[in-house]
Amino acid sequence: MTLRTEPFVINMGPVHPSTHGVFRMRVTLDGEVVVNLEPIFGYLHRGIEKLAEERTYTGIIPLTDRLDYVASMTNNLAYCLSVEKLAGIKVPERAEYLRVIMSELQRIAAHLISVGSFFNDCGAYFTPFLYMFRERERIVDLFEMVTGQRLLYNYMRPGGVSQDIPEEFLPALQEVLKQMPLYIDEYERLLKDNEILYARARGVGILTKEMAINIGASGPVLRGCGVKWDIRKVDPYSIYDRFEFDIPVGTQGDCYDRYRIRIEEMKQSLRIVEQAAKQIPGGPIRSDVPQLIRPPAGEAYGHLEAPTGEVGFYLVSDGSIAPYRCHIRAPSLMNLTALRDMIVGWKVQDLIVIFGSFAITMGEVDR
Amino acid sequence: MLAGLSNNLVSHMKALPPDWPGNIWWHWVIFTIIILVFFLGSVIMFIYMERRVLGKMQARLGPNRVGPFGLLQAIADAVKVLMKEMVTPANADKIVYWLAPAVTFAPVVMVLAVVPFANGASLADLNIGIIYVVAISSLSSIGVFMAGWSSSNKYSMLGAMRMVAAVVSYEMPIVLALASVVLIAGSMSLNDIVIAQQSYPMLLMQPLAFFLMFIAGCAEINRSPFDLMEADSEIVAGFHTEYTGMKFALFYLAEYGEAVVMSTIIATVFLGGWRGPFLPPWLWLILKVFFVFFLMVWTRTTLPRVRIDQLMSLAWKFLFPLGLINLLLSSLEVLAYPDGIPWYFIFANIAVGAALVMLMSRFYKVGGGRVAVG
Amino acid sequence: MANILGRGILKGMVVTFTNLIRPSPTTQYPEQKLTVSRRIRGTELVWSKVKCTGCATCARTCPQGVIHIVTHKGENNMYNVDTFEVDSGYCIHCGLCVEACPYDAIYLGYTYERGKYRRKELIMSKEDMAIEKRPASGYYHPDIAKQLPEQELLVYRGKKK
Repeated sequence: MTLRTEPFVINMGPVHPSTHGVFRMRVTLDGEVVVNLEPIFGYLHRGIEKLAEERTYTGIIPLTDRLDYVASMTNNLAYCLSVEKLAGIKVPERAEYLRVIMSELQRIAAHLISVGSFFNDCGAYFTPFLYMFRERERIVDLFEMVTGQRLLYNYMRPGGVSQDIPEEFLPALQEVLKQMPLYIDEYERLLKDNEILYARARGVGILTKEMAINIGASGPVLRGCGVKWDIRKVDPYSIYDRFEFDIPVGTQGDCYDRYRIRIEEMKQSLRIVEQAAKQIPGGPIRSDVPQLIRPPAGEAYGHLEAPTGEVGFYLVSDGSIAPYRCHIRAPSLMNLTALRDMIVGWKVQDLIVIFGSFAITMGEVDR
Repeated sequence: MLAGLSNNLVSHMKALPPDWPGNIWWHWVIFTIIILVFFLGSVIMFIYMERRVLGKMQARLGPNRVGPFGLLQAIADAVKVLMKEMVTPANADKIVYWLAPAVTFAPVVMVLAVVPFANGASLADLNIGIIYVVAISSLSSIGVFMAGWSSSNKYSMLGAMRMVAAVVSYEMPIVLALASVVLIAGSMSLNDIVIAQQSYPMLLMQPLAFFLMFIAGCAEINRSPFDLMEADSEIVAGFHTEYTGMKFALFYLAEYGEAVVMSTIIATVFLGGWRGPFLPPWLWLILKVFFVFFLMVWTRTTLPRVRIDQLMSLAWKFLFPLGLINLLLSSLEVLAYPDGIPWYFIFANIAVGAALVMLMSRFYKVGGGRVAVG
Repeated sequence: MANILGRGILKGMVVTFTNLIRPSPTTQYPEQKLTVSRRIRGTELVWSKVKCTGCATCARTCPQGVIHIVTHKGENNMYNVDTFEVDSGYCIHCGLCVEACPYDAIYLGYTYERGKYRRKELIMSKEDMAIEKRPASGYYHPDIAKQLPEQELLVYRGKKK
């Protein structure tokens, strides 16, 4: 006699303790096994692309802060790269170095949050999360020293950066560079060899190489599958070709690999910041750009490697002080295309872990 | 029949030491008060200790505003919970919904009846103490299942089903661990087990049984790393999602109560209960109970959660064979030395225990993977 | 699997125990407050009546449009500012107005504790924003930044600088 089972639909609603932001999933379960998954998002849509058509080129920068609110410097920088391509603006040397230092520090801070939330989803009751936030405090203090804010910086401008660093910045940066590797070692000792983490995350949620390339994934999700693709090496922007750093690449494409890649990327970012802090020259921090920029009519696409993947801005200008169209390529949204295929066949608890390993930010997905 | 029953009771209670004042009813009243004070006081101190120690381990301070050093935080929580509106879901099964917290909470306090606070000082020094403990403590899973069923909520049902499966699976390693201890001590009464730990605590003689009991005990009371029944990052709150007000307070109390009871049993059976040099015996018991609870808080802070099928495979494929082998070895030892096992066997036991754990971990495969769905 | 089951778990438990003994980096607000950065973009705007000419560049640069200016022409072809109102509840504190002002007449505030009970109380008029009354922060103004106290950093806590 066979047992008759019936699948039922659970709604993991927009307000849920473990979806990162307001993300809704309608999951069809057969017992504990996921049979189908339907993602529904749009709860955080603010109309940034439409608002951008009504503001000047400099006034859009506070809007780009709020896309991936966890990694705001890289969003600003992507937008400024796009405007500089459109208007043909050159950036002075000191500004390039400052941009690189800020981007890499931002990458470390964003990965700390991603890894911390991943462990929260695995069930390690906030301990790694709080440790990583303590480390993030050290970096965010530096940002507060330079820009005055702790989360949404509004720092990059087309043609350079907005303010110069004060004199106590470089000694404090050296202190951070001295302390961070010790704390990263502490996290490794806490959780790298943990057997329970191996059992939860090894071999779980495997993304194949072909599927990752087909959906246009980028960032740690793509590199976890074994594809060595990082925009800092493939299409170097700013002055990244002057620094030496490695790109960590995973082997199996499971959640454990993605977590390891983020930790290794943090170490590589520390290397880049160390080299940049040694070589930073003097000089102006912003080239001479008029207050209301009027680029010639045309279009440009500027992209860079943000902590979640490849973020790009596509700007179309018609010669006036506001863009005609601004489209944002959000990496989290592209990475989410594979969600259904990765989760079907696993259990409910694996769903949480796999979703956490993507490390998406809803501000980007919904714009 | 009533006369026969009371005769039975009186003749049993005559086995008490003769210096107890009054007749059995005074004894019962005094010990009930002692047990309730111990239970409630321990629960409040456990809640406080857990939140402070968890906070300090996580690089923050725990609650320290309510009362001096935050000692009255549990009372503030209790007042808050009592003031909430008691909402019953419309489709709920009313009687079962109402009874479930009581059925969960009552067995937890009943287990403390056999725990000795000093030599011979327990509410009822049953000579089948261990069986009583195991039997009563498994009654609270019925209450949990009632709660999950009557809430008419899919999340609660999931949580309750997981809970019952896990509790039933982890009974086996607990029973096997306690059976080995009973073999060595020679009696099932908890007081006799404490008396048998004269020269050294049972922890040294049976390290493998302590290991089994600790892990299975954590799983039995749904503490991290096995707390997937109330995993608040997965299925909101599991079986007590639909409970508010005093009923929720009873579930909360039952959870910490089970932690108190499990720590007390481990402290009595493995660490030597009320034994100790200078301080009064009940103080030693309290110190040992807090030490065991500190170990539980420590594992909670560090470890991530296991998945439900990994939980079951840990019980049946890892702990259960270890328990059986441990029972076999202890029975061989007791057979060889019926008058008491010499002290140098401690080292042999520790070495054999460590070797067994290493050997089993080579053969232990977690299993479970992606299921092909059509 | 590690060759001894539990080795990774034990390593983790040592780390947590070490953190139990370390002093915690918590600051107990409101009894203890940290010194904020000299360039903090505080939650209000500060205005200097003497330097402002009423050109309204700040109002044009603001992406949200929170600055409301009404002027009339006085003697010598100079503007007299009648109304200079800022809705500090709608402001996003981006600081673009401070960068845009050509006469250094507008500043961001130094304070972050401006909670009010009603939305209407957040709208500031030019008397509320006078630089003589409210402390200004050094965002984009290095001369003010030099006089403010130094920021307290977490990396230096417990060490001599």
